[in-house]
Amino acid sequence: MLVDSFKFLPRTFRPLYEGRGPFPGEEEAVWAPFAKRLAESRIALLTSAGLFVRGSQAAFDLDREQANPEWGDPSWRAIPAEAAAPSIGVAHLHINDEDLLADPEIALPMHLLSSLSSEGVIGGAVAEHFSVMGFQEHSLEGWKDETAPAIVAHLRDQVADGLILAPA
Amino acid sequence: MMPSVAEERRAPRIVGVEFPFGHAFGMAHDKSMQRRTLEVALRVLAGASTSGTRVDLDIEWPVPLRDAYRAWQPKEPSPIVRKLLESRKG
Repeated sequence: MLVDSFKFLPRTFRPLYEGRGPFPGEEEAVWAPFAKRLAESRIALLTSAGLFVRGSQAAFDLDREQANPEWGDPSWRAIPAEAAAPSIGVAHLHINDEDLLADPEIALPMHLLSSLSSEGVIGGAVAEHFSVMGFQEHSLEGWKDETAPAIVAHLRDQVADGLILAPA
Repeated sequence: MMPSVAEERRAPRIVGVEFPFGHAFGMAHDKSMQRRTLEVALRVLAGASTSGTRVDLDIEWPVPLRDAYRAWQPKEPSPIVRKLLESRKG
């Protein structure tokens, strides 16, 4: 069974995504072998659904995006793995947040991952997972120059073996 | 959700899901669907042998397409969509 990538996308948006090829300068395949057993590996998750922790973190900057529709907040949030669903907020103007607020695990299944760790499927989960807001300027400058290096550094600090990137 | 786009962008390991936007791991409160998705992602992460590996998940979204198509979209058009719509009106 082959997934239809455009099943839920408005038809007029399809040309914005289809047939665009790699980003300039990123034509070469990227590869890092995964040498360890899953049962001995520490895993991290990243969502682009714009999740943040209410009360202790600022939401992604939606006011600036409203004023400048071609700009998207390139910052990131560290989401504690034990954060409870009611403490998770959503700041993303391009998707309906109703289901995300009801069950943030649909974007960032931190508690499920913890269960898989308890069962021995994976060796462990990081203490802090990652959230970004997926609508970005075409250049991706903020992500490339600041966000990605900061996330990589925090992955290394947490001795993560693998990261699952989940688009929203 | 858009695995063909991930392929074009040279993502090294890809799991394709035919789920509406905002639902990368499945339906809200459906722990079984979420687990199936996460387990496949873990298997592809650890077991893929070459860059560009793509595995599509054979799960049909259990909501009529018309309803699911409407449900994932924000209540108000995003700023960039609003701008595009206004520019088309001239």
